Amino acid sequence: MSQLQIARAAVRRPFMRRRKSCPFSGQGAPAIDYKDTKLLSRFVSERGKIVPSRITAVSAKKQREMARAIKRARFLALLPYVLK
Amino acid sequence: MPYYESVFIARQDISSAQVDQLTDQFAEIVTTGGGEVKKREYWGLRSLAYRIKKNRKGHYVLFNIESPSEAISEMERLMRLNEDILRYLTIKVDALEEGPSVMMQAKSDRDRGRRGDRFGDRGDRGDRGDRGDRGDRGDRGDRGDRRPRDGDREEQGDKA
Repeated sequence: MSQLQIARAAVRRPFMRRRKSCPFSGQGAPAIDYKDTKLLSRFVSERGKIVPSRITAVSAKKQREMARAIKRARFLALLPYVLK
Repeated sequence: MPYYESVFIARQDISSAQVDQLTDQFAEIVTTGGGEVKKREYWGLRSLAYRIKKNRKGHYVLFNIESPSEAISEMERLMRLNEDILRYLTIKVDALEEGPSVMMQAKSDRDRGRRGDRFGDRGDRGDRGDRGDRGDRGDRGDRGDRRPRDGDREEQGDKA
């Protein structure tokens, strides 16, 4: 029993402890801007979808702001709606 | 008066002189409506991410405006009527940004920045191709030629 628990903890630790902070929070963070396609394209999948925040570790507030910026960029044909 | 940021995309077939003319035209509408165009930027003929009305490219122009809303709606109305305008987007912002926008900065170091990030790394990997030079070891084949000599000697030795 105890061995199993230790093993499980050891397995989990590398995943649990790696909680990255939001790339848009804190000092020196880039401003979210629909014109900054280079920045926004980092948060878009290969297919052109917005990557969920659980993967990119963007905070909920910034994720909403970013999603809005991406949608604006898409409307202006700066980013694609779909990529094949 | 509120601040606005406005971007419009003009058709690819018109010249940049015509784009300037359009820009002046819209700026004038704002000023006659009691507003002020704080900044205007021409991003150039950019390729669109997807086709809009059969256009693959478009002239992008950005305005930073401080103006009453009536002037903005008048400008937007005229943009809708103008057939050279593919699309426009006007956003109300809390504060206008100072200096050139990200797009203009990106334009100046596009060659360094974008290509350096993604393709530069791959270029480094290309260096591995040099291993082909090891093919030169084929020269050792020349040494192979010497062996017959030894063989000859041996043969000679055998004969002796």
